[in-house]
Amino acid sequence: MEHSYLELRAKIAKKDKGLKEKVMSLTEAVTLIPDNVHVAIGGCHYSRTPIALIWEIIRQKKSGLVFSKSITATEGDLLLVAGTTRHIITSWFSPGVTWGVSRIMRHFVQSGEATYEEWSHMSLGLRYRAAAMGVPFLPTRSMLGSDVYKQLANIKEMQCPFTGDKLALVPALHPDVAIIHVQKADSYGNAQITGFPFMDKDIALAANRVILTTEQIIDNDEIRRTPDRTDIPFFCVDAVVEAPYGCVPHECYAAYEPDFNHMDMYVKLMMERSTEGVQEYLDKYVYAPQTFDDYLSLFNLKDIVRATLNARKGYGS
Amino acid sequence: MAAELAYNTAELVCISSGRLLEDGKVVFAGAGLPLLAAILAQRTHAKTLTILFEGGVIGPFVEPGKLPPSTNEQRCATRANMVLPTTDVLLLQQRGYVDFGFLGGAQVDQYGNINSSFIGDWKKPLVRLPGTGGGNDIASLSKVIVAMHHEKRRLVKKVDFVTSPGYLSGGNSRKAAGLIAGGTLKVVTHLGILGFDEEQKVMCLEALQPGATVEEVKKNTGFDLMIKKDLGESTPPTEEELRILHILDPEKRYTTPRGE
Repeated sequence: MEHSYLELRAKIAKKDKGLKEKVMSLTEAVTLIPDNVHVAIGGCHYSRTPIALIWEIIRQKKSGLVFSKSITATEGDLLLVAGTTRHIITSWFSPGVTWGVSRIMRHFVQSGEATYEEWSHMSLGLRYRAAAMGVPFLPTRSMLGSDVYKQLANIKEMQCPFTGDKLALVPALHPDVAIIHVQKADSYGNAQITGFPFMDKDIALAANRVILTTEQIIDNDEIRRTPDRTDIPFFCVDAVVEAPYGCVPHECYAAYEPDFNHMDMYVKLMMERSTEGVQEYLDKYVYAPQTFDDYLSLFNLKDIVRATLNARKGYGS
Repeated sequence: MAAELAYNTAELVCISSGRLLEDGKVVFAGAGLPLLAAILAQRTHAKTLTILFEGGVIGPFVEPGKLPPSTNEQRCATRANMVLPTTDVLLLQQRGYVDFGFLGGAQVDQYGNINSSFIGDWKKPLVRLPGTGGGNDIASLSKVIVAMHHEKRRLVKKVDFVTSPGYLSGGNSRKAAGLIAGGTLKVVTHLGILGFDEEQKVMCLEALQPGATVEEVKKNTGFDLMIKKDLGESTPPTEEELRILHILDPEKRYTTPRGE
């Protein structure tokens, strides 16, 4: 998955960078993702996960995809069990400390069926940033001497030509496609993220193609009134999909908290019955509903309302 | 005698590790018990302690009873001074703005190396654990406090995999590898407070937790542990510390002892 600099630039050069409408359906947007490419997932852990896009990726039976994500939660289980991927590049993989270690991750990795390529959280971030900057690598003082470093094939060490300090060099990570969920975007793809930015600005610039889902499509006039709040510029973006509650059961900052009852239910099913339990979950929540709205209607409205009210209260008081 | 106060081993670890955090400093706290201990410190002796979370948060003031199961979610931003990209909050450590890293340990060895990645050979693991997250970055770049349950299978001679580097193989090996700053400062368990010998960089028992004995510590440690000559004794949790801890974690989600 290494690309030459000029190849990468050629991809950007070919892009239509005009200020044009890019709104499309979830189905149309996901058809922009071919099989066997590298897809970077925005958000982190169970926060601002582009669940709607992942849901549709699984339904379209994509295969051979390599995923990268800063920290992987339950969506990683679903992608493994559905057969969408056998290679995940991430820094941590499980639902959360109080829920224990993912049995699905363990099953696939321990059996050798799938690869969990482990990078430290910061070094993964630096890999996206190097790509976003258009440089082939970035130096860091992290990871030196550890076994995380030793088990990685594409990392190098150098002595700083100025100071003589030892440095680890982490290579740029250029996803073929980035899938990112935001709170607000206009129809051209100008995206405004509320709360934690995670690595998403870097991911959007690092990728050759960007698909956005947004809680809400706003008017370009609103963007122009608040350009200082725009995190992803329109010319990076290839598709905009309006997907309210597009992270459920995960959270979306200031919009809704996680649906903890649903997460508890999922984790219990996954921990008790492993792949069989997750297969049952996929049948019920991914394959059976015909639209993402149908998927959402399977959730308990009371829980969703409570998650929404809790998040709307904000975090300032 | 304070031993009459009821507390469990996880509460003891939480309180005594939190005491090591100093006022006016900056701590990078991992999920779980470190997060709780850092918040406890902030509400007891270290009022101007600044907490950083991996999700990208500077100086939050997390609500009691609402401790999140991840340091990457929105409740970690409660009353924060700043939210910033994950890469940038982690880079603050490289710049030197972080005084303490604070981690839990699944498996720690005599040189303070932490394993949270693999049990067994990494090429064919018996158990694949969740991985480093920011743990490796924290341990590479900051002085680290490790909070953990004291068990033979957790405190081992050599970790199966160095996820988060301590003093690697001891002596000068950490610095020689290029990790010229940071290092494991203390390991706090329910039986003792452990530090590291200046020269050999090997773990050394510095103080006993209330009621614990040297014998008990030795029995529950997977290697021949150095014992400091003037061995101290840790002060038991106070009523006030326990009162605040119970307000912060009323359901004991983080302070239910594990591993016994």
